[in-house]
Amino acid sequence: MERKNPVFTAFIYVCAILLAAVILAPLAWLFVMSISPAADLAAKPLRWWPQMADFSRYAQLLSTAENSAGAAFTASLRNSLEVAGMATLAAIVLAVPAGWAVSRTPSVGWSLSMVIATYMLPPVALSVPLYMGLSYLGLLNNVFGLALIYLTILAPFTTWLMKSGFDSIPREIEAAAMIDGAGLFQTWRIITLPLAAPVVATSALFAVLLAWDEFFYALLFTSDQRAKTLTVAIADLAGGRVSDYGLIATAGVLAALPPVLIGLVMQRALISGLTSGGVKG
Amino acid sequence: MSGTWMTTRAWLLMLPLLVIMVAVIGWPLVDTVRLSFTNAQLVGTAGNFVGFDNYTKMLTSSNFTRTLATTTWFAVISVAAEMVLGVLAALLLNQEFRGRAVLRGLMILPWALPTVVNATLWRLIYNPEYGALNAALTQLNIIGDYRSWLGEPGTALVALIVADCWKNFPLVALIALAALQAVPRDITAAALVDGAGPFNRFRFVILPYLAGPLMVALVLRTIEAFKVFDIIWVMTRGGPANSTRSLSILVYQEAFSFQRAGSGASLALIVTLLVTVLAVAYAALVKKTAGSAA
Repeated sequence: MERKNPVFTAFIYVCAILLAAVILAPLAWLFVMSISPAADLAAKPLRWWPQMADFSRYAQLLSTAENSAGAAFTASLRNSLEVAGMATLAAIVLAVPAGWAVSRTPSVGWSLSMVIATYMLPPVALSVPLYMGLSYLGLLNNVFGLALIYLTILAPFTTWLMKSGFDSIPREIEAAAMIDGAGLFQTWRIITLPLAAPVVATSALFAVLLAWDEFFYALLFTSDQRAKTLTVAIADLAGGRVSDYGLIATAGVLAALPPVLIGLVMQRALISGLTSGGVKG
Repeated sequence: MSGTWMTTRAWLLMLPLLVIMVAVIGWPLVDTVRLSFTNAQLVGTAGNFVGFDNYTKMLTSSNFTRTLATTTWFAVISVAAEMVLGVLAALLLNQEFRGRAVLRGLMILPWALPTVVNATLWRLIYNPEYGALNAALTQLNIIGDYRSWLGEPGTALVALIVADCWKNFPLVALIALAALQAVPRDITAAALVDGAGPFNRFRFVILPYLAGPLMVALVLRTIEAFKVFDIIWVMTRGGPANSTRSLSILVYQEAFSFQRAGSGASLALIVTLLVTVLAVAYAALVKKTAGSAA
């Protein structure tokens, strides 16, 4: 505010510190748990800071020695990367032509609205037939099957983002290329896609975040190391009889690292995306 | 270029998306409707037509009414808390102070943290024997003995709501902050000159700018909260004594744990209908708010 009242300023700083503490404390604790020796975590009164930082759990989880905790973790890490990668790629391949079509030909827009309205559907409303269908196709406990199912979440979202992206590219530029004799795909290659590259990148990162975060379908449709994703592996650890809580925390830190880095990198895009979505209603 | 060719081309370009959406959303939804009128099992028997039996059975079961109440309670309290905390945080972040950009950046962290990791983190914090919450409260002499926060029906749902709020209020804050930054400076300055107090300035000057974006956030968060599964599954699996069981967890148990695909499908459709009604009612409200704010 315009007033420079010292009491008010102090109040603002107190609130800011409080907010920062609320946000950071649980995250910091997750990290501290991951580097505290097991004895420190079981101590009463609890030791809030390890006497000696112990990074061995990271090595343990990232090792690929057979039948170790690391083998299960790295397998699920690889599955998560594969499923997120494949689903994102497919979602973008579907979203680019569809988003462009809706952007340039609004009369077909109602079909995209219908696709987006499926966001309301709880996954449980689709899960039983999807389970039976995947079982019929032999795609249960399979990364391809899971990636296909993830399109239910990813594709509507990326198409909507691509549509808004194409909206901000003037069609006159495309028209000029076409008058010069370029076909549709040539125009895309030379004009549209280079201009839309940042939107494609943002959409892809959002899609990766969604796929990385997904739990419900992965829980239902995967059963062992061949397809279990990180979220399922972590839920297994959290719900199982693991006696070392530090190991669970370490798995959490490792699983959180990629999305948190993506979130920090695309802060700008994220906030402007929220604003345009939010303010326009 | 002629209009019909443009339209045909648009449909052709959309075809791959629409085919996939029909395969993974359209067909399963239709099949869920079909299943809901049968007594099919998840594996094995295809089941016979049983009319509305599943629906009447589900709607009249005490499990359903209790779970509906739990889910509504979870959704109302957590979304309301997220809205209030989000707006307060946004009002703070809209002030000028050193470190504001850093603090705003931190708000991304809970949002980016995977839901399952968030649930696991809070499960560890609430741990009855070694959890940080018990340790902190005992060391501050607030509680005498360690408690099982997730193990007692009285505290489990509140503990879940706190974990859910921590992850989601920053998103509301970022949306509200973006809206606040659109409030013209001269309007707030004019209200100040006219002698409006802080409350009146918020109510009559700032809130109209916030209303639209906040309504959108409210709708999305409420739908999400009503569909809640992940965080509850990881933290309590719906327990203790089913005190934190949400509708999605009830459907999961019916269709997958007990393998009753038919009645599970009918329950899933009841949930879908509830969410749809909620969304449509909200959409009307958003339109009204957007209209009056403009």
